[in-house]
Amino acid sequence: MTATAARREIPGTRIFDAEMAQKGYALNKMCYSFNSADNRSAFSRDEDAYCRQYGLNAEQTEAIRTRNVLGLLAAGGNVYYLAKFAGILGLDVQDLGAAQTGMTKEAFKAMLVAAGKVD
Amino acid sequence: MAKIVGGICTSHVPAIGRAIAGNLQEDPYWKPFFDGFPPVRKWLDEVKPDVAVVIYNDHGLNFFLDKMPTFAVGAAEQYFNADEGWGIPTLPPYSGDTGMSWHVINQLVEKEFDLTTCQEMLVDHAFSLPLKLLWPDSPTCPVRTVPVCINTVQYPLPSAKRCFKLGKALGEAIASWDDDVRVVIVGTGGLSHQLDGERAGFVNRDFDLAFMESLINDPEWATQYSNEEIVEKTGTQGVELLMWLATRAALGGSVRKVHSNYHIPISNTAAGLIVMEPKG
Repeated sequence: MTATAARREIPGTRIFDAEMAQKGYALNKMCYSFNSADNRSAFSRDEDAYCRQYGLNAEQTEAIRTRNVLGLLAAGGNVYYLAKFAGILGLDVQDLGAAQTGMTKEAFKAMLVAAGKVD
Repeated sequence: MAKIVGGICTSHVPAIGRAIAGNLQEDPYWKPFFDGFPPVRKWLDEVKPDVAVVIYNDHGLNFFLDKMPTFAVGAAEQYFNADEGWGIPTLPPYSGDTGMSWHVINQLVEKEFDLTTCQEMLVDHAFSLPLKLLWPDSPTCPVRTVPVCINTVQYPLPSAKRCFKLGKALGEAIASWDDDVRVVIVGTGGLSHQLDGERAGFVNRDFDLAFMESLINDPEWATQYSNEEIVEKTGTQGVELLMWLATRAALGGSVRKVHSNYHIPISNTAAGLIVMEPKG
């Protein structure tokens, strides 16, 4: 019996639990550092060196390099910290939504607008 | 003695900061959201609070995963907003009320809520934007503030039931403060939204409206759910309704609905707003 055996499965959804918090620590710590403009510049100057400085593993570094949002989540990233990485790229949460659902941003936005229409 | 004049719950999406900075209040996309606020400001002009106790969740500005308090209460003379990494304008500092903060801290710990106390605390958009929506014309926030932060980043999160109890104890603590101040409780977050995962963009109007209604007529209704169930019904960040629940609980017995608004979408979020006043 493991701690994860009883976890509730919600389609397309991850709970940021102890397992993810440990797995993603270095990645999230790097993204947390992006609260500082100097750190954002340092990252942009040399992304690989910055990832190494924070001790990201190969999976995390690759997901950063390829801007793979679902990959970053699978590697333990928490969306609150990842949003700061997205900020460096000039992306907002609707860009992230589009990237994760495989939609264009326009289609993703239209889906939300449609959800607001009362039948 | 202190008097709780009422509670305001609202969403706190960062994009609101961009819309305020860009003067987009009359833009067709934003208007249904911003139009919810004039009645709230009119009510605030009538009830004239001196202090806002703001129940919110930090998004990785003040707290990181190295130390993640379940409940944290500010006890600073001033709280600073700061760069969160995505370029929304930083708002001016907020005045604290250290007397009320320490009274609340003492009372809550006495009632077995094991808090983290913060004599320095950066406050993020979840704190700053709702106050800006309530007092848009004042360069600095005109009320003193007491921040109450609930962890919604790293599980386990406190349950809905526990947050309701916290809110109830918070309301009792405020009401027992021996100073003639008028207090508004501001709860920020929600309603249904999901930023991460393949289900990003999920919202749930039926649940949100049922939840808002429950705050008036059956305030403990949402405490039947586990946080995983709340996530299933409202999205990964919909769990921020915990702030609304704590706010409602702080108002005690029966409440009257002064005003509400509900609009989908603001960015990825179903935006809710409700103003409640204690009856009697």
